[in-house]
Amino acid sequence: MMTPLLSISGLSAISLRERGAPILRDVSLSLARGEVRGLVGESGAGKSTIAKALLGILPGTVKVTAGEIRFEGRDLLTMPQKDFRAIMGSDIALIPQDPQTALNPGRRIEAQLTDGLRLRRGMDAKNARERALSLLAEVHIRDPERVLKAYPHELSGGMRQRIMIASAFSLEPKLVVADEPTTALDVTVQKQILRLIRGMQEAHGTAVIFVTHDLGVVAKICDTVTLLYGGKVIEAGPTAAVLSHPRHAYTRALIAAGPRYDRPDAGLEPVPQAVFDQLQAELAMPFSSEMNHG
Amino acid sequence: MAERRAETSSPLSGDRVHQSLWSTLRRDPKVLFAGGFLLLLVLLAIFAPFIAPKDPLEQDLMLGTLPPAGGSGYEPGYFLGTDDLGRDVLSRLIYGTRIALLVAFIAAGLAALFGTVLGLLAGWYGGLVDIVISRLVEIWMAFPPVLLSILLVAVFGSGVHSVIAAIVIIDWTRFCRVIRAETMGQARLDYVIAARTMGYPKLRILIREILPNVLPVLVALLSLEMGIAVIVEAILSFVGLSVSSDTPTWGGMIAQGRQIIYQGWWVLTFPLMALFATVLAFNQLGDGLRRALDPVLKR
Repeated sequence: MMTPLLSISGLSAISLRERGAPILRDVSLSLARGEVRGLVGESGAGKSTIAKALLGILPGTVKVTAGEIRFEGRDLLTMPQKDFRAIMGSDIALIPQDPQTALNPGRRIEAQLTDGLRLRRGMDAKNARERALSLLAEVHIRDPERVLKAYPHELSGGMRQRIMIASAFSLEPKLVVADEPTTALDVTVQKQILRLIRGMQEAHGTAVIFVTHDLGVVAKICDTVTLLYGGKVIEAGPTAAVLSHPRHAYTRALIAAGPRYDRPDAGLEPVPQAVFDQLQAELAMPFSSEMNHG
Repeated sequence: MAERRAETSSPLSGDRVHQSLWSTLRRDPKVLFAGGFLLLLVLLAIFAPFIAPKDPLEQDLMLGTLPPAGGSGYEPGYFLGTDDLGRDVLSRLIYGTRIALLVAFIAAGLAALFGTVLGLLAGWYGGLVDIVISRLVEIWMAFPPVLLSILLVAVFGSGVHSVIAAIVIIDWTRFCRVIRAETMGQARLDYVIAARTMGYPKLRILIREILPNVLPVLVALLSLEMGIAVIVEAILSFVGLSVSSDTPTWGGMIAQGRQIIYQGWWVLTFPLMALFATVLAFNQLGDGLRRALDPVLKR
């Protein structure tokens, strides 16, 4: 078997703000080339922290205390800054959460979309422009010539997210991190964007880490899923297996908590208190106990 | 919120930014008036030799302290009267725009350049760079500006170069502080984080991503600073530390007019009005630009 594209092992992090409260507890996961992995959890579960650690954009208030993030065998956390920057954008790219703010408001789309191509791939302005046009066509933007000339605020949220996707895939990265890419969008646009990401991923053979709190999204586009709670991996495995035969009570409760479109009158089922009690007990158990000393 | 935004955000429409900036400015009478006035001043300064009715230095003691048009003893051709040496006030006023605007543009421009570079570095790199630059600014600002400028000109010797140097040395801190804060604000925004995940070098992100977004603030600040520079130049001329007295300046005219205020009020009043109107125009333009540029980029 080939070595995984990405393997995170024993990753732990604490918050420097809340007196060393653990944010990630011994998280491990691995990702094969071309695999789409859902990273699921509620707010504060640590899913975004994993993504940020991977991208090197952890805020100063979070500190990684243990573990490694190996990308093609090399640890991203300890490699020299120069090597890390060479990988970012080129081999690992981000589709950010909010396309409203992720594009520079003061620059035209053309400049923003061709930056990487010219800077990282050494293309001249004309070739970069050609490539940008074909990328825009690939993410189903009509009239790409005009979009290139536009400023971000002239475009709709869905358009901007398409541009972010085009930008993320522009350098043919091996891994794309999608950080809740549909939460800031209109519901009708969400579905198109999901389909688009999956389509791009399949066409380019890119691995994707898909951060979301929505199991419905996971069911639609993820091959495998890792479910987190309180910074700890609760359950992981192939999406179909996890969703149809959840092993952990929390997973079962979450699936039950989702809306049932076949029974609209059923209402939503809150996660029972007993499940949270169980989760708290588990978090307090093996190694987190030593961290909470003092 | 986000959904509403997506619905209501406008379709494509070419160069909307520039159009909306221009149309906002066009509908702002204060900006139009201030801009028009300043444009007129620039033209006066450039074409002073063709516009001024007399030689501003030509003395004629027989024609000393003539009143402006309408006063008794008004001499045709001396529209705003003459000073005690018989020099034409209007012509001196027109030539005075040259020094005023020269100092305004060059001093404010250089102060903006130094202040912006240091402010960008402090706001973006943080840490030791920020500490050094910020403490320097604080120490600098502890000195009273007018006193410091008089001291500086006394050290450099008088002349327009010294006036410009004094303004730059004193007022770069204004730009530095504001640009530093603005840079720190921008650095937290998603588009900068997105650029970081693209692996671009830090300096490049600063110049290509952040700088365009602090420009609106810079433009507004620059206009205000030009007004300040005009005042500082007038103060230094007033105390005789600016250019030599054979170059007409508004500050010099005010100083001279002050001595003969009982014989000829006009020698003092007209340069004062010119000074007042110019500074007001720079301030109004700065305010208007800030109002016009803000909503476009904060949308």
